[in-house]
Amino acid sequence: MRRFLTTLCIGASLCLTAGAATAGNATQVSPAAAVAATVPAVASRPAPAIAASAPALPAATPAREPAPAAKEVKTNKAITMSMFLAMILLTGAIVYRAAKSTKTTADYYTAGGGISGMQNGWAIAGDYLSAATFLGIAGITSIFGADGFMYTVGPFFSFVTILLVVAEPCRNAGKYTLGDILSLRTPSKLVRGAAAVSAVVVSTFYLIGQMVGAGKLMQLLLGIPYNSAIVGVGALLVVYVTFGGMKGTTWVQIVKAVLLMLCGVTMTVLLLVKFGFNLVAFYDAVAASAPVQDHVRSLLKHAAPQPGYDYGQRFLESGLLLKDPVDQVSLGLAFALGAAGLPHIMMRFFTVPDARSARKSVVISMVLIGSFMIMVTMIGFGAALYITPQQVMAVDRGGNMAAPMLSQFLGGGAGTILGDLFLAFVCAVAFSTIIAVVSGLILASSAAVAHDLYVNVLKDGKPNQREQMKVARVSAFVIGAVAIALGIACEKQNIAHLVVLAFAVVASSNFPVLLFALFWKRFNAGGIVTGLTVGGLFAIGVVMVSPNMTYPKKIAADARKVVLALEKKQADGALLAVRELKALNKARLDYAANKDGRSLVGLDAPLFPLKNPAILSVPVGFLSAILGTFLFGTRREEKMFDELYIRQNTGYGATGTIDH
Amino acid sequence: MDGKDINWAGLAKNPKFVELHTKKKTFLVTLWCFGSVAFYLLPICAGYYPELMKMKILGRLNFGYFFCLLEFAVIWVIALYYAYRSNNFFDPLTRDVIDVIEKEAQK
Repeated sequence: MRRFLTTLCIGASLCLTAGAATAGNATQVSPAAAVAATVPAVASRPAPAIAASAPALPAATPAREPAPAAKEVKTNKAITMSMFLAMILLTGAIVYRAAKSTKTTADYYTAGGGISGMQNGWAIAGDYLSAATFLGIAGITSIFGADGFMYTVGPFFSFVTILLVVAEPCRNAGKYTLGDILSLRTPSKLVRGAAAVSAVVVSTFYLIGQMVGAGKLMQLLLGIPYNSAIVGVGALLVVYVTFGGMKGTTWVQIVKAVLLMLCGVTMTVLLLVKFGFNLVAFYDAVAASAPVQDHVRSLLKHAAPQPGYDYGQRFLESGLLLKDPVDQVSLGLAFALGAAGLPHIMMRFFTVPDARSARKSVVISMVLIGSFMIMVTMIGFGAALYITPQQVMAVDRGGNMAAPMLSQFLGGGAGTILGDLFLAFVCAVAFSTIIAVVSGLILASSAAVAHDLYVNVLKDGKPNQREQMKVARVSAFVIGAVAIALGIACEKQNIAHLVVLAFAVVASSNFPVLLFALFWKRFNAGGIVTGLTVGGLFAIGVVMVSPNMTYPKKIAADARKVVLALEKKQADGALLAVRELKALNKARLDYAANKDGRSLVGLDAPLFPLKNPAILSVPVGFLSAILGTFLFGTRREEKMFDELYIRQNTGYGATGTIDH
Repeated sequence: MDGKDINWAGLAKNPKFVELHTKKKTFLVTLWCFGSVAFYLLPICAGYYPELMKMKILGRLNFGYFFCLLEFAVIWVIALYYAYRSNNFFDPLTRDVIDVIEKEAQK
């Protein structure tokens, strides 16, 4: 009972902070503060490009000064707050139920292997469909059109690797973590330690991205100050994970996935019913929309409309955002191999009783995730048509509010009960999405720290159940606290590269090692440790010198261009509009602040031309694992391969397979 | 169940197990390669054959749009085919192998 009260207290205090902040702020959300934090790989890219071109544009077409778009979404505070409270109570109740039956470490890490294939399928969908997928992809599509659709294929394709390579072997051979699988190949403690450190590093990159995204999103949705949002969300999560363990996390993910699908289906149906479910008519309307055409023209930087150019049709063609094909293949590689090695995704396969349910769960999650992604892109196009890209970007540069704004419109518009209700519902679902994804991450890192590092490396697997449980909970608590601190510290950081980094690091370290451990007889401890460290560090290194980092000299050069263009205009005797003067001042300041700056590692310009390091770091990861095997390993460890290979293929001895 | 007394090296050479893992490996590698080729065709076409992607097929809907939809369909088909083949072919074979292992374990 005490636990339940704690949950309630924290939930209520989160709401109170939120309420107080909203009252104080009157939902004033500055669009500048809302960086595209939730859309990791792509959405933050366009922001600077647009920011750089936006001030220059009116200089070329002084006659056109579009009416300023509203800078915030009008929400009904009472409805929004009660919806969030309802969501917190619902998830709190789930966690409370789960907490009562979480007694052993097996319960805590894997729900005792008692999750069915169907349930796990929904939970995987809940784990994988982050706020970045829902809000971010809808946003990208509403701003860049067809590229949003193109972008969804990568994350979806990653499930082919998960299904074919990871799901069943992991279920058959593993227990709680990647370290468990690797330690079947070698008794080396160094291997388990390296696996644990790599899991924590990767989860932390992913976690920072999600935490900062969560903070910005709460700021945007509820008008809570960033720091209170992070602390509130973080505290809630720590309580959920510490008490609910895997059972609680799984059920929160299932409920969230159901609500998210409900949101997606309702919005898509309400949208398409306007066109009698005729897709051709729907896309005709999108391409015929004047604001969309204007927006495409400004994206293409055509100062004046080019005769005969079909700007509306251009919105339905790819290439407005994803320009470099090599970069895209590189991103594809990171998705294709990276998702399969993500610790929190891998962990989901230990919760089902056997390989058959692991298989079933992936297939179910693929049906859910695929259909959701198709719906999300339609929602994005719908937002472009009804909300207009300009309005979406005025509220949030990265487009994260496209889906919520469209829901308000589809419900009947701002100020109507149904519209506000639908908006509040969609926002609350986005909130539950953050909770579900971050709980999975915290749980995976706490398994790596408590199970691998503490129990097996430091204590030789000796601690009893009670102590193991205590350590597991304490580590979840500490990781949660660290996540809160990092979230606050990284508010102003450019976190776009972090999620790219997480996928690339996994694809170049965990994935090669896992693949070789499962399928290559000659592989050994030397290969594992070399592969994990060299692959991971190399990927991080490449990102450090890639265009993802901030290069002050480049900012200064862009600012200089704006200054020169506007000064030339002034020199020609033209009077500058107020916003142009503001742009000029800002550009001068930007130039002064950045002209002598260097990137984090002291570079003037990126050394590596691509944003996604995978195309280079994945081969390096594989090669280093192979080289390490031959250079530092012993052939004695080959003997252990037969056992693991038979186990991973047949599932012999895996818990729960007795009743075959 | 800890498998310490089992002669794993001997089992690895058991014809049933050899049949299971070679067939499974061929199947997985083929399917994965097929999926990858289909997947990487999309960014390659988008990057190097933009004219093809722009071709209007139905109303304003172009080749690129249907290509993306096709990717989803291909991935779903891979998943369903994998599940079908595992359920009907590999699972029975795996059960045979487990029987062999259990006989070995009881020795």
